[in-house]
Amino acid sequence: MTALIQFFRDNTDTIWRLTYEHVWIVSLAVCLATVIGVSIGIAITRDEKMANRVINAANVLMTIPSIALFGIMLPILSVIGHGLGKVPAVTALVLYSQLPIIRNTYTAIKNVPPELIEAGKGLGMSNLRRLREVEIPLAIPVIIAGLRTAAVMNIGIAAIAAYIGSGGLGEFIQQGISRVYNEMIVAGALLVSLLAIFVDIAMALVERLVTPKGTALEKKMK
Amino acid sequence: MIEYQEATKIFGSGDESVTAVSDVSFEIEKGSLVTFLGPSGCGKTTLLRLTNRLLNLTRGKIFVDGNDIMSEDPVRLRQSMGYAIQQVGLFPNKTIHGNIATVPKLLGWEKDRIDERVDELLKMLRLDPETFRDRYPVELSGGQQQRIGVARCLAADPAILLMDEPFGAIDPINREVIQDEFLRIQNKLKKTIAFVTHDLQEAIKMGDKIAIFKEGRLVQYDPPEVLLTQPKDDYIADFVGADRALKVLGILRAEDAMNTDERYVLKSTAGTAEARECLGDRDVDHCVVVKDDKPYGYITGEILKEAKEGELRDVAASYPVLLDAKTTLRDVLSQMLMNDMEMLTVADEDGKYAGVITFRDIQRELLEGFREPENEGG
Repeated sequence: MTALIQFFRDNTDTIWRLTYEHVWIVSLAVCLATVIGVSIGIAITRDEKMANRVINAANVLMTIPSIALFGIMLPILSVIGHGLGKVPAVTALVLYSQLPIIRNTYTAIKNVPPELIEAGKGLGMSNLRRLREVEIPLAIPVIIAGLRTAAVMNIGIAAIAAYIGSGGLGEFIQQGISRVYNEMIVAGALLVSLLAIFVDIAMALVERLVTPKGTALEKKMK
Repeated sequence: MIEYQEATKIFGSGDESVTAVSDVSFEIEKGSLVTFLGPSGCGKTTLLRLTNRLLNLTRGKIFVDGNDIMSEDPVRLRQSMGYAIQQVGLFPNKTIHGNIATVPKLLGWEKDRIDERVDELLKMLRLDPETFRDRYPVELSGGQQQRIGVARCLAADPAILLMDEPFGAIDPINREVIQDEFLRIQNKLKKTIAFVTHDLQEAIKMGDKIAIFKEGRLVQYDPPEVLLTQPKDDYIADFVGADRALKVLGILRAEDAMNTDERYVLKSTAGTAEARECLGDRDVDHCVVVKDDKPYGYITGEILKEAKEGELRDVAASYPVLLDAKTTLRDVLSQMLMNDMEMLTVADEDGKYAGVITFRDIQRELLEGFREPENEGG
């Protein structure tokens, strides 16, 4: 235990650097994944068949073990000279995020009561306007819940990405194992876990903040 | 004005096609409320949705104020008409203000004008703006939500309203109240309204005219009293029911049936002897005693027989109830039955004598409606 505390004391700078790197990779990935996933999620609400195909594809993607995915991407991304490092790491995280984000977006938009769509249309809202004023505001808590799942999952996968040289807190675990340095392994594992818990709580808060007041009241009254 | 010309809507194609609306032609006059009536699946809602292009016509034409709707942008077209539906469909994420302001915002009104309009509409629907403006739909009762639905559809003051069972989701008591309120508003605003309902009572009460549909076709298009008294075929006769005579009574008013013949009137200063003579001469069995042009009471042969000599004001029996000219014959009949009176008297707005009304008058008025219209020139 004292050795562990000693490790934290001696490596404060490295800890901050790696944490920063970790958060940076995950944030970038989640941001990119949000733009892609939410767009796809909304787009497929117009086409039932397409929706099934897309969600199944995202499902398959999710079943590929991360180490295997890094392996598959290595030759592909080598073509542009980024077989290792942050590019394949972020790419993998973006791909893994697709399922929770697309699925939640799709389900949330589909769950908007049909009479609201009917009323919106009948009053003369254009599709885009209705999406912006009705469908997205009502769907956003569920979409954020998808982002939350994606972010927490990505923190874990990003730790493994240290093996392809992405940096981040996974470096402690990877180097600790190769150097048989227990304190380093435990410190890495501990920090990754804490980060995941912290992000989870933070996103839960965001979820609550973006829930429109009217819908929040609706839930409370039920 | 809305004009339907052979409006036809076919869903699907080939063997699986379903004709929902078939060659429907009629006109909704400016400022009148027409109810679309029929069982579910008769095409009434489809026709309504064709009117603001939530659905597109397969064949035929619809003109709104002379313009072919197919040549207009659907979004613009919808903004120019009010739209209310049974499920109300208030946006739960918006306040009452936000909901009512939907169309004015789409039209780009200025904020002050919107705020003013929202308050005005809330007042019109008898909801206090201070209390309701900033609430959310979920905080309102079903009846209040329906009112907001109506307010939202009136918000940009459209000349045309399309309403699909707008009061369908509330309990019967509240429905009566909101129907009355809506009629009061319509009397002032004179909108051109297409109003879908499957409830005959509602169609009769609300409609200046009723359009009855069956399997996508328009079967009859007439004012309620004509529809009830002269149903075109068995389908409509069945639909309006065996008790349609009673339903007609709900539409006709005391002023329609009352007898204004002078024979029934005697002055309160006339003497009893004179009155006896009058009943015989005039061949009536009762007379209304009028004092200062107002109905004072009535006399009959019975009363006179037992009365002492004197002026009529001392012997006349007073009416248990005075009728308003606008009272429906249904209520008149009910008063007669309850009070065991075969005749009652009607007063105008100023309380002045307007006429008498008897069982026979009610029946005569009713039968007049049921009589076949005579062939013109034949």
